[in-house]
Amino acid sequence: MKYLPLVWAALWRRKPRTIYTMLSVAVAFLLYALLTAVNQAFNAGIEVSGADRLITTGRYSITQVLPLGYLQQIRNVPGVETVTVSSWFGGVYQEEKNFFPQFPVEPETYLAIYPEILLPPEQKQAFLNTRTGCIVAKSLADRFGWKLGDKIPLQAGIWPLKDGGNTWTLDLVGIFDTADPATRSQFEMLLMRHDFFDEARQFANGYGGWYIAKVKDPAQSAQIAQAIDKLFANSPGETRTDTEKAFNQSFLKQMGDIGLIISSILGAVFFTLLFLTGNTMMQSVRERVPELAVLKTIGFSDNQVLGFVLAESALLCVVAAMVGLAIGSVLLPGIGQKLPGFSGMELTLPAFGMAVLLAFALAVVVGILPGWRAKRLDIVNALSGH
Amino acid sequence: MANSIQQIAAVTAMNLRSVPARLGTSMVIVVGIAGVVGVMVALFAMAEGFRSTLAGTGRADRAIVLRGGSNDELGSVVFREQAQILMDAAGVRRDADGKPLALPEIYMLTDVPKDDSPGPNNVVVRGTAADVFKLRPEARIVAGRMFQPGVREVVVGKGAAAQFPRLAVGATVDVRDGPWTIVGVFETGGDVHESELWVDQETLRLASRRNAYNSVTVQLDGDAAFQTFKDAITADPRLTLQVQREPDYYASRSKALNDLITILGYTVAVIMGIGALFGALNTMYAAVATRTVEIATLRAIGFGAAPVVLSVLIEALLLALAGSVVGGAAAYVFFNGYTVNTLNFQTFSQVAFAFRVTPGLLVQGAVWACAIGALGGLFPAVRAARLPVVEALRAA
Repeated sequence: MKYLPLVWAALWRRKPRTIYTMLSVAVAFLLYALLTAVNQAFNAGIEVSGADRLITTGRYSITQVLPLGYLQQIRNVPGVETVTVSSWFGGVYQEEKNFFPQFPVEPETYLAIYPEILLPPEQKQAFLNTRTGCIVAKSLADRFGWKLGDKIPLQAGIWPLKDGGNTWTLDLVGIFDTADPATRSQFEMLLMRHDFFDEARQFANGYGGWYIAKVKDPAQSAQIAQAIDKLFANSPGETRTDTEKAFNQSFLKQMGDIGLIISSILGAVFFTLLFLTGNTMMQSVRERVPELAVLKTIGFSDNQVLGFVLAESALLCVVAAMVGLAIGSVLLPGIGQKLPGFSGMELTLPAFGMAVLLAFALAVVVGILPGWRAKRLDIVNALSGH
Repeated sequence: MANSIQQIAAVTAMNLRSVPARLGTSMVIVVGIAGVVGVMVALFAMAEGFRSTLAGTGRADRAIVLRGGSNDELGSVVFREQAQILMDAAGVRRDADGKPLALPEIYMLTDVPKDDSPGPNNVVVRGTAADVFKLRPEARIVAGRMFQPGVREVVVGKGAAAQFPRLAVGATVDVRDGPWTIVGVFETGGDVHESELWVDQETLRLASRRNAYNSVTVQLDGDAAFQTFKDAITADPRLTLQVQREPDYYASRSKALNDLITILGYTVAVIMGIGALFGALNTMYAAVATRTVEIATLRAIGFGAAPVVLSVLIEALLLALAGSVVGGAAAYVFFNGYTVNTLNFQTFSQVAFAFRVTPGLLVQGAVWACAIGALGGLFPAVRAARLPVVEALRAA
């Protein structure tokens, strides 16, 4: 530690070079912070899924509809605590690019099954009392400037009204948030009442999209899922029941391997970085051969000199990485707000820890060759060569 | 003028001859820019492949009819009586027997697992006619045979067959109400239909207990027929339907994912580009520093400042171009034609598509590289030109 000033001085021997190298490293770690946050946002659904929730869909596709009578039948399955129904509304607010999910749900049971949704009690009451009511995530309300009491017109992408009309007008009675900001993207949606939805639509009346059951004991999930599917086997509406986690995982998988794309990009970034910082360290040692020889002359051991070079490399990489990560963590919340479906993006602690490890690994890889050269330096030759 | 060009050529040649001696530093520019261009071209090739798969679907002389307000076939409903009316509308071509060339279709999804993971994938099942080839002449059977009307048989698109190994001729796939037999593979020229399963419409209707269609595709009778047809549909109070030219409809279904990949691509390219820029600055400052004496000597014997500036710039540009060639070539070799499938969230269904590394993308990569090279070379070049001659020579 007492040699820190020496290493620090060596690092800034050629200021512009060190600054440019550091900026490159910082930029790479900025990209790391952004891309890992994006990846985490995609995976957030798996993180938040409760082990005690089961999802029952049509056996052949989630897009099949299932009779509303299933609600009662699933509720009677032993081990099931509560059941709710949900459908895909698929409406458009103003234009298609404003996409956000809208789910007709049974309000009371749905909110009981998802305690993550924080809705003020009086707004919940208003939702229960207003047939045409809807509640939205705070991030959506912010995005579109909605206030309580507003009427929200949605163009039906799938469900026209009974009279053939295509505009559903909902009353905004509640704005909810989530307890954990990191899970906001998962709940960025509009909820409306299933009873109103089913009554007002032109066709498929008496059906729902899928059922969500909360089980009393998560350890029993597999058996309960089987019991539910057995209930409807060989009927016109056969089902497939999975834990919410498995359901979300398989849904994410459908998008393709996002993790692979992101790690490929980061792989390319860090590969180029290796060249850049490696070159800087090489140059730095090459220029300092006489100085290093002097250090050895006045009594520093070979290993100490190796240590100096490695410490310089570590200082370069870690300081720059911190700068990049700091910029990233400042930018992320703002970016999350602008990107629909990505609100709540942040640099998490594990991602930060991984970045620090990466920075040290980078430091060792780029420092070891020049460091070795410094260690093997022969004093007489090094001094006479210049 | 001729003199200064000669000077530029001489100094540049001298610089370039010394590049091998500074290989390590020079590689920083080449590798840095190769990384930027490689990643950028690969990402855009993905966006381009997806876009062109959808945009290449359908023909301008065909129109697709959906429910007014529906954005895609999955969410659309066309009732049987509406379908009958619209097929008889003006603008629809008729065959030799006077029957309209039109195809009402059912469009739904079924879960197909990949072999390596149990999770379902939303694969399109299109209930169509056995003589679909009359309306879609681009379609043809490439293995096995066409399904027979009234039988639970499936022909799978080439793309779906490639992405889902279990969709092989002779195997079965769960469509609705149990397993159906796969009897053939079809192709449609690389468009989005190749990601679908085609079955007999009436058989699917019975198995799924449906009563309505999702869409009707019609063959238009000549250039002006689109407007005629559209007007006829819009004017009819019994119909609440919308008419689009097929390519317009399919192209619009690629927008969201395409935009997403493009934004990601530009973000990554800009940030990586900034990183590469600092690398280039480092390299070119070092290049100028090692040649201080040479440059001062040249200035002393009468070379102008401009040739010195330009020679440094040209060196940076050439190194950048070399980087873009390496990056572009790597993207081409590794990714061109690489086929993947993803969930198109605008249609909620799986689409198989191939990455397309187009010449336009390679040019775009080269332009990007040159911009980084020019910026990275400019400041060191100015420094070189401003070098105080006497001091530089004395320092040596």
